[in-house]
Formats: sequence, C-alpha cells, structure tokens
Amino acid sequence: MKTTLNINDEHLKELEAEAIFVMREVAAQFENKVLLFSGGKDSILLVHLARKAFWPARIPFSLLHIDTGHNFEETLQFRDELAKEFGAELIVKYVQDSIDSGRVIEEQGVNSSRNKAQSITLLDAIEELKIDVAIGGGRRDEEKARAKERFFSHRNEFGQWDPKNQRPELWNIFNGRKNTGEHFRVFPISNWTELDVWQYILNENIKLPGLYYTHRRKIFSRNGVYLAWAPFMQLKSNEKVFETDVRCRTIGDITCTGVTLSKATSLEEVISEIAATRVTERGGRYDDKRSEAAMEDRKKEGYF
Amino acid sequence: MTQNYPPFRGMAAKRPGGPFVNYTFSKIENKTRMKLNGKSQNKSLLRFTTAGSVDDGKSTLIGRLLYDSKSIFEDQMEHIVQSGKRLGRDELDLSLLTDGLRAEREQGITIDVAYRYFATPARKFIIADTPGHIQYTRNMVTGASTADLAVILIDARKGVLEQTIRHSYIASLLDIRHIVFCINKMDMVNWTESTFTKIKEELGSLVDKLKIPDVYYIPISAKYGDNVVERSEKMTWYEGQTFLNLIETVEIKKNKNPDFKRFPIQTVIRPHSKEFHDYRGYAGRVAGGVFRPGEEVTVLPSKIKSKIKSIDVLGKVLSESIEGDSVTISLEDQIDIGRGDMLVAGDNMPVISQDINLMICWFNECPLKVGGKYIIRLNSNEAGCIVRSVNYRMNINTLEDDIKNISINMNDIANITIKTSKPVFYDSYKRNNNTGSLIFIDEGTNETVAAGMIV
Repeated sequence: MKTTLNINDEHLKELEAEAIFVMREVAAQFENKVLLFSGGKDSILLVHLARKAFWPARIPFSLLHIDTGHNFEETLQFRDELAKEFGAELIVKYVQDSIDSGRVIEEQGVNSSRNKAQSITLLDAIEELKIDVAIGGGRRDEEKARAKERFFSHRNEFGQWDPKNQRPELWNIFNGRKNTGEHFRVFPISNWTELDVWQYILNENIKLPGLYYTHRRKIFSRNGVYLAWAPFMQLKSNEKVFETDVRCRTIGDITCTGVTLSKATSLEEVISEIAATRVTERGGRYDDKRSEAAMEDRKKEGYF
Repeated sequence: MTQNYPPFRGMAAKRPGGPFVNYTFSKIENKTRMKLNGKSQNKSLLRFTTAGSVDDGKSTLIGRLLYDSKSIFEDQMEHIVQSGKRLGRDELDLSLLTDGLRAEREQGITIDVAYRYFATPARKFIIADTPGHIQYTRNMVTGASTADLAVILIDARKGVLEQTIRHSYIASLLDIRHIVFCINKMDMVNWTESTFTKIKEELGSLVDKLKIPDVYYIPISAKYGDNVVERSEKMTWYEGQTFLNLIETVEIKKNKNPDFKRFPIQTVIRPHSKEFHDYRGYAGRVAGGVFRPGEEVTVLPSKIKSKIKSIDVLGKVLSESIEGDSVTISLEDQIDIGRGDMLVAGDNMPVISQDINLMICWFNECPLKVGGKYIIRLNSNEAGCIVRSVNYRMNINTLEDDIKNISINMNDIANITIKTSKPVFYDSYKRNNNTGSLIFIDEGTNETVAAGMIV
C-alpha cells in the first residue's frame, strides 16, 4: 500500500531547525542535563535530533528512564541498544524503589496504574542527581494542558508547574535562569504534530521498536479502549482476554497504553492509518481519561 | 458521536475521513486549486496569532476553522460536548477546545497562549490563540512574537474599539507584516455591506498611521461559517477571498533581510574524539541572510576576519545555509570564539555600542526602575544593563506619546534608553527581527520582565 500523503519537507525542515536550536540552548544554559527517555517514538526522535544538533560530538545529555516496572519488554531492549549505539549514558530509576521506600503508595484496584507515581520517582531523581534541566518529548498538540506549555518551562523547588503564571517567552530567546533547587523542563518538539513526527521518522529512516508495527498480542477491551494484557493486571468480570493483530500508537506504561487493531507492517502503512484516524493519539491513553484536568493536575505535580 | 451533534446551523457538509485527510476544496475557485496542487508537494509553515476578546468570537473562529477543515477529532469533540454540559452552556462552545486550563474554562476567559495545529493540502498552520484582556498583554506578546501574520477580530456591531487599536499597535510594534481584520458577527447586522465598509474605512486610517504593509478585510460570521472556509451566500457583495483561502495563499517572506548576514553562536562543538580530533564547529541558527563556504566572515566582537571552511549538519556538507537554518560552521583559522559571539558578512555591519534606544513592553508587576540594573539577553549574548531614561510611555489606546506619565507598569509600552555593561552588537528591530530583539531579566527573581525592540 502506498501512502497518499505528501512529504512536506519545507515545514519539517523548519521544525527540525527549531528543535535543534532549542537543544543547543539547553546545552549552553544548563549544567546537569538529562533527556527523558521512555522508549516511545517521541523520545527516540529527541535522541536523533540531539545527535544532529551536536554531531560529531557526543550527545551532551544523559538519558533518564523512569521505569514503572510495567513495561513492554521490547521497549527496554530497544532502549539499551539505542543508548549504546549513540554512546549516551543511560540512567534508570525505578518506581518500585519509590514504593519500597514508602515514597509512593501503590494504587489498588482494577484501574490501578503506576503512571502517576512516575512523577515522584522523577522528582526524587532530579533532586538526587542535581538535575537542572530535563528535556521531554511533550508536544502541544497532544493534550490541552500541554498546548499551554512553553519551550522552557520553569519548575519551582518542589518541582511544580505554575500554568497561570508562566514566564513570557519571546521570539526564540529562552530564559533558563533559575535559583538553586529549581529546574526546567524543555520541550524541543513542542510545535510538532503527531503526523509531523511520523513523517519525519519516515523521511529520516529512524528505527522504531517493533511494537509500533503489527504484532500478535493478548489484549482486552475496557471502556472502549483496547489494552494490552499483562499477567499482573486485574480484569473485571466482563472482560475477556483474546489474541489478535495490533500495533501501538503511543508507548508508555503498559497499564495505560491503548493498542490499535492493525495489520500495518511498514511505516507508510502506519502513517496511512494514522492519517485516516478519527481519534487523537492520547484518546487511547487511560491516564488522561481520569478527569477533565487530569493532565494539568499531573503536570502541576511534576509529571512530564 | 459527532454525527448527532451539529455544532452550528448552516454547517458545512460532512467530509469523509479523519482530520488529517486532505479535504477537497469544493467551493474554492478552480484557479486557486490548481495553484495549490502545484505547491502541495512542499508544504510551507504559516504561524499566525489571533487577537480579540472572547466576545469578539475569536475562539469560535478558530473552532470553526478547525471544524470545517476537519481538524477536530472525535474524542476532542466529545470532550467539548461533555465539558460544555458540565458548565451549563446551552450551545456547543468551541472555545473550550482552546481554553486548556481549568481556570480558563471556569472563568470563560483566555489567560495564556494556547497553540493549535492544523493542515490543509496547501499549508501547515500554527495558531497562537492569545488572550485579549489587557492584564494578559504579556501573553499576547509571547504568542505574537513568533507570528508571520496576525488576525484581529472586530465585532461588526461595535466597530473599532480601543482594544482593536491596542492589538493592531502591538502587531505593528512586533513587525508582523500581514494583518487580517475579520469583521465578525455579520449575521447580527443583517449582512449589510455598509456596516462592513464603514468599519473598513475606520481601520484604513489606523493602518496608515501604523504603516502596516499588507492588510486584508474580510466580513465573516464565525458562528455560521460565512467566509471562514466556505464562501458566504448571504454576502454576495463581498468579492474577496475567504479567510482560509487567504491564509493558505498569502505570501510570507521567510528570509526578510538577505543583506544582513548574521550568525549568532550558541555553542562550540569540539568532539575530542580520535576521528574528529581537530574538529571545531560553531553551532547556531542563521539569523539573517545566506552563508556559503569560502565566504569571508568577521567575528564579533573581536572583529577578526576568517573564511568559512564548511557548513554541515550531521556529516552532511551544505553548499549554503539561509535564515532559519540550524547548522554548524567551521572556519579556516583557529580563533578564540564562544557563545555570544557572532559571525557577520557583507557590507551591512551591525551597530556595536553600549548605548541602546528601544521600545519595551513591560511584563512585571514590579514597575521598571530608572537607574535600575537588569540582565539583557540578545540572541545568545548576555550583558548587564542600567536604565538611563524613560523617554515616553505609549498611550496605546490613542497611539500618542505620553511624556508626562513615565512610570512604567505591567503591560505598558515605552521608549527607553539603556547602557550595557559591555559593547553589544545589534541591528534595529525593523531591519532584522532576530538581531534587534532582546529580553530583560530581573537579577533577583530571574523572571523575564520585559521584551525590547531596538529602534
């Protein structure tokens, strides 16, 4: 199957130049820099952009993965290989450790997820490692609270975001000044849409985990979303696990990542399917369905 | 679910497929379609900002644009429906799509800029939906600072208001060269041409005064969709383009000032690896003109001359780089260059000075202090500065200089003179937006307290 979409080089080139500019500002303005790496396509894209921004030097950021322990196996393998290939230091922090130390009380019940708990593990890591900037793959088109985010987003010493009182951000002059204990979250691909990311991945021939293509998987349906099944997940009485061909549109914690029924084996096919979809990328994300301002509230607490 | 919920009367017929599918231009002239098809292989990016208060129908216009161009997804629509019900709105309220913060939805106002994205076969658009209220001017300026084009909404019943003047002034101050005045709510004035003509004339004198080079006037009804995406059947007297057609075809010059060749250096790339032992590249984004290998450049502030050895991105050697490109430049000679320095070429040298006269927009609750010290950031360069004088405050409602009132508070626009702690290099903002703009940072709080445009 051939994609019907145009390859829009001119606007992708501009978005790429913008993202590289932002990464270089991060390199110049901060000391202890990490790139938040989840194994999803947006963070893989960030690593590729970082390589472009600093070639032939190494990427001047460590990759930080907040591991909920509820992963797709393939993601971890892909993560380790990518870090090795690009010569980047990989730091992994475990939500399980935060639970064991009593910092996090694990959610209970059928809808329980460790997704929200990641914020605490992340903030602890930021404090412990004295991180002053964390680069994230958040995009403004993803979600309405993210649509409000600046490129350089200030976090106070508690790691909190104050959306009603953000620093003005003029032109492409970024102010990363801060007091000790505060940090910044920086989003170089703020202006990319989901389709931009996919088209860029296609244009640049970027390797993705197999999860993004069709594969056999055990799944079940909950509130209109197909979720991947894992042995630790609790099922409601009416939910049945079955095996079918699916792919992931986003990859996150397994408990809140919806899957799409699909037989797409190539990037072109994936893009064609996404181009025809009627639901947003995060429409399959269980974590956003909790309340009207779920993302805003999580972000205020320190979420990505 | 969207099937059961027609958001407006007179809604355009539903098109098949999802928001990303290239829709057909059913009512757009054949000629235009040909032109668009020719261009569609290489989509350009247009950034525009919208100004006007909630009552002007700004959010409705954006909602209409996204809805009629099939850019709203089912779950987003479902969300707006549910949210509207909770807030007790009778009609579908498309402003809920852009007002993303809890406080905004509750109060029904826009506090901060929201960015929205949509694409047609002709172009890709980034909308900065900015607040209209005077107390959020700083957020409006944030959204407008990166815009190629500004859309200013006017309520046909009310005509030109103080706010219209303020928004037009800010757009011209930021050197946005294309302004589209949408005379909205034409349905509430019986679609009369005379109302439109009267407002257009009034705006004409404002435009002359502000010297805005490229201006358009469109009579619309955002609520019913007239002249937004589809041509109005009620206003056959209007012969111009529809709003979407206009923003799809308006020509935007990305390389505004080819004669001002500027390359501010962000960081130096030194791999220290075996393979690239002697590599020394200067990373930055071209802020004006074109640079080519072999070209002679001057390094500022040292004024040492050298030649460009190569321009590259990830091992790919480029034959040229133009304004907006993020590249790495290597020079023939080993020179001490670092962040904050700038490569320039050609005859048009920037001004090198410690004295700067500029227009500022003040953002902070704490007023500007004459004699006060601030940090300025100009491209990648940073310096201390002291405020020498406030020359006048702009009365942005009457567009007159107010020399008597020179206390500068939040949201004020003023002309001031500063002295910097070291010589800095710059152009006037009108000549080159990239090298003529700066921000003021408060040393104590680290907050961005003002935006400056060099006169």
